[in-house]
Amino acid sequence: MESKNYIIDAKNLCFSYKNEDGDPLPVIKNVSLAVEKGSFVAVLGHNGSGKSTLAKLLNLVLTPDSGSLVIDGCETMRDDLTDADIYDLRRKIGMVFQNPDNQLVATIVEEDIAFGPENLGIPPKEIRTRVDEALKAVNMTEFAHHSPSQLSGGQKQRIAIAGIIAMLPDCIIFDESTAMLDPAGRAEVMDTIERLNKEKGITVLLITHYMDEAVRADRVVVMNHGEILLDDAPRHVFSEVEKLKSVGLDVPQVTDLMWRLKKDAGFDLPGDLLHSDEAVEALGKLWKKLSGEEA
Amino acid sequence: MLRDVTLGQYFPGNSLLHKLDPRMKIFLIIIYIVTIFSANNPVSFAVVLASAFVLVFLSKIPLKLILKGLKPVFVIMIFTAFINIFWTTGDHLLISWKFIKIYAEGIQYAIFMVVRVLSLIIGSSVLLTYTTSPIALTDGLERVLGPLKVLHIPVHEFSMMMTIALRFIPTLIEETDKIINAQKARGADFSSGNLIERAKALVPIMVPLFVSAFHRADELAIAMECRCYHGGEGRTRMTQLHLHTRDFVVLGALLILLAGIIVLNIIF
Repeated sequence: MESKNYIIDAKNLCFSYKNEDGDPLPVIKNVSLAVEKGSFVAVLGHNGSGKSTLAKLLNLVLTPDSGSLVIDGCETMRDDLTDADIYDLRRKIGMVFQNPDNQLVATIVEEDIAFGPENLGIPPKEIRTRVDEALKAVNMTEFAHHSPSQLSGGQKQRIAIAGIIAMLPDCIIFDESTAMLDPAGRAEVMDTIERLNKEKGITVLLITHYMDEAVRADRVVVMNHGEILLDDAPRHVFSEVEKLKSVGLDVPQVTDLMWRLKKDAGFDLPGDLLHSDEAVEALGKLWKKLSGEEA
Repeated sequence: MLRDVTLGQYFPGNSLLHKLDPRMKIFLIIIYIVTIFSANNPVSFAVVLASAFVLVFLSKIPLKLILKGLKPVFVIMIFTAFINIFWTTGDHLLISWKFIKIYAEGIQYAIFMVVRVLSLIIGSSVLLTYTTSPIALTDGLERVLGPLKVLHIPVHEFSMMMTIALRFIPTLIEETDKIINAQKARGADFSSGNLIERAKALVPIMVPLFVSAFHRADELAIAMECRCYHGGEGRTRMTQLHLHTRDFVVLGALLILLAGIIVLNIIF
């Protein structure tokens, strides 16, 4: 059973929206994506590349026009899929959206976190323990009785994440969840996401257009015009600087600097550096080599 | 500019009335209203008025705050009194001047009506609005009205709508603030001109506010679906309401008050 290790296994997914004239407007074209359990995958793409639509397909909010989508070993593209199956699949694949304000339902933080488990019909006592654990997982225990309107953007987003964790998902899709936050809020949320992945083993699918966030993933998928352009480890993906630039995407600043030093200035530097300490090391080596040649 | 609006009038506290079960409070308020309307003689009205103040005392809410809350209904009370004084006829004519005839009964009725409205408003605000958080209130209502689901009345949906409305009040206030500032920055003028001009000036606020509210509603609906929301069916609740001794003590006290009023009505 090859599908056993995959939480999400999509093959040849196609999806199109209808435009005003009723003509189909393809947004997802023949996309195949398999996500291993416990991995941390970043999906990159500029606006309109279909990355958010892909997330909605994986979460069963939208139904693909064709293709096959297997979630945790369960084929979702069959006709006899019951409502109960759909709720169970949605529980497994949680989703955190961009605007923290538009996904919180209740006026009290802990009531909001309880919303998901309540919908699943979990017994009250267990909801209580799940809510407390979820609050702990996002370091928001002291805010349990606050109103969401008293919280900062980053805190609200962490509450939204806690609301998903309380449903005990296998995988969480973050649909540009840091896009509306200030730098401090982004750092808070990214640390939370990384911790959930490492400590709780929750599979993370991070949709973003921030390169520095994508670098933290195990694997980066680059989307362009509804198709997968690149799909590899961050180091390999970001070494394709020209390809990324041609589809309107940036690479991390360090990578860009090293790449230009190599290409434009002709220095002998590796083209796949992601972190500044690696760059320091490489530049140090280069410096020693150059000063050695001079002497 | 809009941040000062207090909504729901909830006054957080830890008094006996705050601790009562919201479901019980809904019943209590009904009993209390029945009590107020059963009073029909001076003694029972005095008792009703006294009971309203006992409730205020129990709620530990400053009397000043409650009197301030009465301001808007002051006009209604004056109007009620006025109508009763001039239009009630009886046996004891006090003043007769041209077409105006004031009877002793008229004055008595006027006082009764004022006491009735006063106790009604004080009692209900102290029992319910001032001492129950909006979320507890919607929760209590959903559970009290639960049996109506049999008649296909969407009780859960109404309560969900209330909860979401309450949740989004601060968000939308903030948003309105932003829009007002954005329009002011472009030279919009909200504070001069006559009434019609001012009303027209509100259009550039309302349009973006509505557009964004619909947008928010759409996103919220998807987020709720993703969290497996599918109506009230098969849904459990984290907070369970339990009736305590105090709930029954207050219920007993109110029932005794009702019985007392009925007895007083028979005696006098």
